[in-house]
Amino acid sequence: MADKLQFDLVSPEARVFSGEVDMVVVPGSEGDFGVLPGHAPFMSTIRTGTIDVHAENVVTRIFVYGGFAEVTPQGLTILAEETAELATLDAADIRNRLEAAHLRAKDAADDHARETAEAEIVKLETMQAAMELAH
Amino acid sequence: MASLKDLRNRISSVKSTQKITKAMQMVAAAKLRRAQDSAQAARPYAQKMAQVMANLANGVVAGPETPKLLIGTGKSDTVLLLVLTADRGLCGGFNTNISRLARERIAALVGEGKDVKIVTVGKKGFDGLKRLHRDRIIASLELKEAASPAELAARVGDQITKLFAEGGFDQCELVSSEFVSVISQKPKARTLIPAREAIDPEAPAPDLKGAIYEYEPDEEAILAEMLPRYVNTVILSAILENAAGEMGARMAAMDNATRNAGELINKLNLQYNRTRQAKITTELTEIISGAEAV
Repeated sequence: MADKLQFDLVSPEARVFSGEVDMVVVPGSEGDFGVLPGHAPFMSTIRTGTIDVHAENVVTRIFVYGGFAEVTPQGLTILAEETAELATLDAADIRNRLEAAHLRAKDAADDHARETAEAEIVKLETMQAAMELAH
Repeated sequence: MASLKDLRNRISSVKSTQKITKAMQMVAAAKLRRAQDSAQAARPYAQKMAQVMANLANGVVAGPETPKLLIGTGKSDTVLLLVLTADRGLCGGFNTNISRLARERIAALVGEGKDVKIVTVGKKGFDGLKRLHRDRIIASLELKEAASPAELAARVGDQITKLFAEGGFDQCELVSSEFVSVISQKPKARTLIPAREAIDPEAPAPDLKGAIYEYEPDEEAILAEMLPRYVNTVILSAILENAAGEMGARMAAMDNATRNAGELINKLNLQYNRTRQAKITTELTEIISGAEAV
């Protein structure tokens, strides 16, 4: 297929990815969907999970947390609060952070601290699950 | 007339002050670059967010189901002023200008018979407003309380949207500094809530080539999820812009101070040398006249 899809992944800190790809599979909040070049205009919130970027027969898996995807005739844009390339994640590091987050949730002084800690736990657990799937 | 010793002391004290201001200037210059970089890095996200919000907002017909964050409560009785400043001083008129604009806005709003509440972010904003409007400040945060600007923005944004949902206020205005250039920062007030008024109508809508958007889940659900995030994004970019502005202002102020100290040192040196010369002359005259008397 000659057509390529313009794909941008932006997080508050930086433009994580920008380039032409063949296909992107996005974990929409109501189910995964694949975006090919020429997709109809579409907007969806995304759930925590991984997006698969297919380019030149290589699949790059990127972990995203919170945000939404927008498809326009110009391409696909994903705004995510946090991103991380799966290949660069370290299982031991995540385990440590998960333990720390569990501790924080237990010792939280107020509701706000507990909520943030619990959100972190959910995020890290999804990250862990995504990594296990990848292996 | 100051004695030689006094002058020497003053010169050395001004010199050490100059060293400090010089160091502060260099630190501010280095931090400015970092602050500018992070403000730059956050821009694509904020832009895209604004674009998408404009898109969504234009498509939505106001109804009872429409999130209040977007269209407002229909009243404007209570206005929340979110004042963003720096934590630290010694940066010229940076904090003062923001506080002054905030005070002007408060005076104008109170003049219109509105109830004003204030949330300050940054220690200096609280300091600048507490004398006149202590009873209006409902919360004050310091920048250093949060680990990162993003976390701070999220905390402030969540607090504000929560307060709004509880009916704590009808409108929200954000007072912060606009980063015009490294040497020029302008305080600016803009509407944050209702978001419809905050969204730039000029934001370029993507060319859909006649097709219509599909939403998943429906538009309202997306809006409800997006709006708090949008508020946080706006606050975050304001915080980052402020940080860059603060450093720019501090750099300019410290540059001035260093130069002034240099001028003062020159002046004092001249005075010191004159005094020393005068003393020598007097001594010589005394010796000579003493010798002549013998």
